[in-house]
Amino acid sequence: MLDSFLIANAVTSGLLLGCLYAIASMGLAVSFGMLDVVNIAHPAMMVLASFLIAVICAASGLDPLLAAVLLAPPFGLLGAGLYRVYYIFFERRGQEAMQGLAFFFGLMIVIEVALILVWGGDQRWVETAYGGHSLNLGPIGLPLRMLFPALMALAAIAVLFVWLRRSFTGRAVAAVAQDREALRFMAINPIRIKTIAFGLSIALAAIAGGCLIVVQPVDAHSGHIYLGRVLAVVILAGLGSLPGTLIAALIFGVIENLTATIFGPAWSPAVAFGLLLVMLAFRPQGMFGGAHG
Amino acid sequence: MSRVMYLHIGLVVAAVAMILGLRLLGNEYAWYMGYIILQYVLLAVSWNILAGYAGYVNFGTAAFFAAGAYTTILLGKWLGLDLLLCVLAAGVVSGLLGLGMGWLTLRLRGVYFSIATLSLAVVLQTLVVNWPYAGGSSGVYTLRPQDYLVFGNFSEFLFVLMLVLAFSGIAVAAWIERSRLGLGLTTIRDDERAAAAAGVPTLRLKLAATTISGALMGMAGAPLPYYASYLNPEAAFSLNYTINAMAMTLIGGTQSWVGPVIGAVLLGTLQQGATVTISSAANLLIVGGVMILFVTLAPKGILGLIRARRRKGDRA
Amino acid sequence: MSALLQINGVGKRFGGFTALAGVDLAVAPGERLGLIGPNGSGKSTFVNCIAGDFPRHGGEVLFKGEPLAGLAPHERARRGLSRTFQLPRPFRSLSVLENVTVPLRFGAEALGPAEVHARALNCLELVGLADKAALHPHSLTQVDLRKLELARALAPEPTLLIADEVMAGLSHSEVDQILELLFALNGRGAAIIMIEHVMRAVTAFSQRLAVFVAGRKVAEGDPQTVLATPEVEAAYLGT
Repeated sequence: MLDSFLIANAVTSGLLLGCLYAIASMGLAVSFGMLDVVNIAHPAMMVLASFLIAVICAASGLDPLLAAVLLAPPFGLLGAGLYRVYYIFFERRGQEAMQGLAFFFGLMIVIEVALILVWGGDQRWVETAYGGHSLNLGPIGLPLRMLFPALMALAAIAVLFVWLRRSFTGRAVAAVAQDREALRFMAINPIRIKTIAFGLSIALAAIAGGCLIVVQPVDAHSGHIYLGRVLAVVILAGLGSLPGTLIAALIFGVIENLTATIFGPAWSPAVAFGLLLVMLAFRPQGMFGGAHG
Repeated sequence: MSRVMYLHIGLVVAAVAMILGLRLLGNEYAWYMGYIILQYVLLAVSWNILAGYAGYVNFGTAAFFAAGAYTTILLGKWLGLDLLLCVLAAGVVSGLLGLGMGWLTLRLRGVYFSIATLSLAVVLQTLVVNWPYAGGSSGVYTLRPQDYLVFGNFSEFLFVLMLVLAFSGIAVAAWIERSRLGLGLTTIRDDERAAAAAGVPTLRLKLAATTISGALMGMAGAPLPYYASYLNPEAAFSLNYTINAMAMTLIGGTQSWVGPVIGAVLLGTLQQGATVTISSAANLLIVGGVMILFVTLAPKGILGLIRARRRKGDRA
Repeated sequence: MSALLQINGVGKRFGGFTALAGVDLAVAPGERLGLIGPNGSGKSTFVNCIAGDFPRHGGEVLFKGEPLAGLAPHERARRGLSRTFQLPRPFRSLSVLENVTVPLRFGAEALGPAEVHARALNCLELVGLADKAALHPHSLTQVDLRKLELARALAPEPTLLIADEVMAGLSHSEVDQILELLFALNGRGAAIIMIEHVMRAVTAFSQRLAVFVAGRKVAEGDPQTVLATPEVEAAYLGT
């Protein structure tokens, strides 16, 4: 007999998790959905950020969400540099399809193994002052360790949306997603815009890393399951739709959490990757199908 | 004598030479090492059929490989089938897996196929882990016979089996390269839309490539339960197989079957030596790192570098 | 006499944008049809619908009396419908000669290797690329790439060829070269739909001329008469 309170709580936690998945996927939605750069190393970079944040917090006692905000700019620069390399060696040569993909795959492996070599295979987690507490709205419990990262995620996403719509560079980024050549007519260098956009996607990975490590313990292999989740969300949403990514992430969070509650957490990877396969087979353009297809 | 004859005769001669050489060496571990390297040769050559010839990147090599291994386990349990029959069955199973994957995703852009293959390994592994008859997460033990037919010991038999499989794989790849299928795959890789406009049945050829590639990978995995005596999903679906098939091919060069062979022999031998001295994690780091370097600085691999050298020599 | 290519009420929408709206057109066997119109008038969409690159919305396309509905591009090619692309799309890994052998090896006829080679070489001679047979596309000039594109399209001896802006950006004499080629092909029985902006070529070549504006066919008939129509003049005055 399924308790209705259990279900209600599962749905609520699912929504909170969905916010985490949203910020984790948003970076890939920008790099893959808008720039057509298939950065499969994105979740690995998020995990790297989590580890670095854990170190920073252990050393300074800073709140992890705050540390994430501080880590975002250097990660952004890292992303910008990474895109330059990718552009020079792969996009410009027309080799994104194979060599470019292998490049990001290799990067993913190297990051993961480097984490193991430096910090071992153990899990890392950051204790926060609010960690053990919960906000109770009647029968629904909202654990703060999930609520605060969810709010942070939503705030970051809101900032991203506003920037994309209001700022000049932001609108240029949205334009380059639609039509790469269009910017040339405005004498704006599309490569520069893409560099900024990609850097932004990695900065988002840093924010996501901070949120992640507050919600749950992270180990070097966490990138794997998140790769499935993030790809499932981005494709479920339909490439190129950022608001769609948020909605898809929330839906996905609820589905996954309900499955875990009813059938057990061992099935979570199958939910993510299985959904991904189903989407690709039957509706690859996702719910809000974007520019690419 | 035609080039094809040269190739086939060369393969047979090389095979006989290897067997005799290892017999003379008399070291049982040598058979093991040879087996592993030949297994990677087969994996890399089959990975290249899809990647180098058709331009599609398969991230799920481990899935096809493990499907072959588990076919052996399941058929052995269910019907008590001999290993050789299991190998053939594994080819059929993994071939169908490739066909299915292709049919689901090859109408889309290449990157969607790649993402789908990524998912396949995880989904398949989850299935196996939750399947008690296949041993679940605790794995399965396989008893090896003491000897086999004319072979001195079972290790030698496994080596020769993998040798035959690997060389057959090379022969298949070489055949594709000079066949109409190979020409069609090249046009698909270069410009799929133009290929279709020129009359090339693109979907059909891509499906042929995924099926053949998958079947060969499955056959590479079929003897694994006997080789290792104990097999669990974590080992069978290990990311190592995926990474190595990719790295060996990209480092060796994708233009022909020679590239993956070079890459597999080179990297396979190095890794065999390395496992004694450094940790498996560090080993993976080096493989990944070298792959990134090659893909960035020498995108045509070792084969490409050799050919560039030769062209310079011609001009000078 | 029944039409070789019969197009009835074909349309195409991209999301909310209607690229083509209910176009009717017929091409007789061996006919030379010109198709003109300003940029964005739907000419390329039209070609892509006939070639099978994407499904059309509404209407039907009949080739040699048979509907093309649901047929993949390669199947249409095998039935004798050839097309060139606006921007040449050569197979870069293959030599010029090998490029031309592709439609022959995958065509409806079963040809032996010697015959494939001979016919491919013949096509290259027709377009004037025979001496460059062993080269790769990256060594070719723009004109040569156009010629290669044409050679590849005519190798399977198509019944209908759609020449999509093959003259774009070419010099006066180069245009003449291509024109001569197309006349020769037509002389051997192929119907040709020429889509062009180069007025001189299209008026010299076409027996009949059709004009597209904003996804609709606005005029059709004898070239001189059509070009004098007020709507056509209006469409071009602003371009």
